[in-house]
Amino acid sequence: MKEEYRAIPLTERVYWVGAIDWNLRDFHGYTTHRGTSYNAYLILADRITLIDTVKKPFKEEMLSRIASVVDPRRIEIIISNHSEMDHSGCLEEVARELAPKEIYASPMGVKTLKEIFPNFSEVKPVADGEKVSLGNMTLSFLETRMLHWPDSMFSYLHEEEILFSQDAFGMHLATQERFADEIDYDILNYEAATYFANIILPYSPLVTKLINRVSALGLTFRMIAPDHGPIWRKNLDHIIGNYSRWALQKPSMKAVIAYGTMWQSTEKMARHIGEGLASKGVKVAIMSCDVFHRSDVIYELLECGAFIVGTSTLNNNMLPAVADLLTYAKGLRPQNLIGATFGSYGWSGEGALQAMEILKEMKVEIQEEPIRVKHVPAAFDLLSCRHLGERIATEIEKRVKEIS
Amino acid sequence: MKRYVCNVCGYVYDPAQGDPEGGIPPGTAFEDLPDDWVCPICGSSKDDFSPE
Repeated sequence: MKEEYRAIPLTERVYWVGAIDWNLRDFHGYTTHRGTSYNAYLILADRITLIDTVKKPFKEEMLSRIASVVDPRRIEIIISNHSEMDHSGCLEEVARELAPKEIYASPMGVKTLKEIFPNFSEVKPVADGEKVSLGNMTLSFLETRMLHWPDSMFSYLHEEEILFSQDAFGMHLATQERFADEIDYDILNYEAATYFANIILPYSPLVTKLINRVSALGLTFRMIAPDHGPIWRKNLDHIIGNYSRWALQKPSMKAVIAYGTMWQSTEKMARHIGEGLASKGVKVAIMSCDVFHRSDVIYELLECGAFIVGTSTLNNNMLPAVADLLTYAKGLRPQNLIGATFGSYGWSGEGALQAMEILKEMKVEIQEEPIRVKHVPAAFDLLSCRHLGERIATEIEKRVKEIS
Repeated sequence: MKRYVCNVCGYVYDPAQGDPEGGIPPGTAFEDLPDDWVCPICGSSKDDFSPE
């Protein structure tokens, strides 16, 4: 076994043995500007245990890190907290190579892994609350269904007070440093929020329930070790507090205007709506769907007050880039938003109406009928746009006061 | 009998199918499911379901 990569100690008995993917920029449609890491953890208990594995092409990196502290064939137990392929992609191969005595996943994880690896049936279920003895240490398990897959679970190592939280509390961020307290605070906040918005958001109500449940269990956490990005070992209340707050999706004095434009008419309208919003003290992100990636728009939608969508009409349809954003946003189910649509057109003008229908399906509260302008907005039209921005700003302010 | 959708994961409870794995025979109306019945996909409780 080559020992090219080193394991990084969390404590004397627990090591990070994952892989760093510096070059990843597309995580199933989410733009990861700073790459990511796939975290796996090695527990040097009497029964040596590996928590999660890594994405398939990174298997050798993980094995090499393990080999830097212990012969990988001494691993007796593998835990799969989450079956998604960035954590399980090499699980079958690793299990064949290392022949651990036991592999555990949640009951739903056993099912999912069987569907991913039809010839791999060695995985045993652990129930919610069940404990597994590692000899001198104990792991217990907490099912976290739909955070963010049906199979997801947390593992908790009692003796070291470490929570292995799979994707929760994670972020896509490739760094050589392994601990959050070694990384620029603003980058951490931005990437953690982007991750929450793009991965966790639809399951926000479950986050609130889970945090309440974990507090009720009275466990103490020395570290939170997620499956992506850095490990939290200081100020854990900060990230837990952020999750509690983001999950509430309370609106703030902020609006997103996302638009698609053909000849800059819809763009002009977007800018004037933005001027109206800003004149009333609303922070505005004006985002062309041709320039801003869908996942960057979703980051801005977190704790936002209004989602305003503009599109020209191309051959009786909204622009494809706008449809892309709306399809993605609909799946992520952002809450507590008000909205409106607008756009220019040449002859038929369905685009803004279609966008409005999708916003309605998303339960965005539409404030008024779309502003639609033929070909090029006149000064009068741009003034209407500005007034729309002002009216939406007033409504956001009212809701922020009501909900906070 | 009405079908119900899980608000969390999108699973559809179809009374005609029931939920055999959860011990619910075909032909069971959503209203007649026991209170402790949970979504077979994501574990959500009955009050997280809406009529389709």
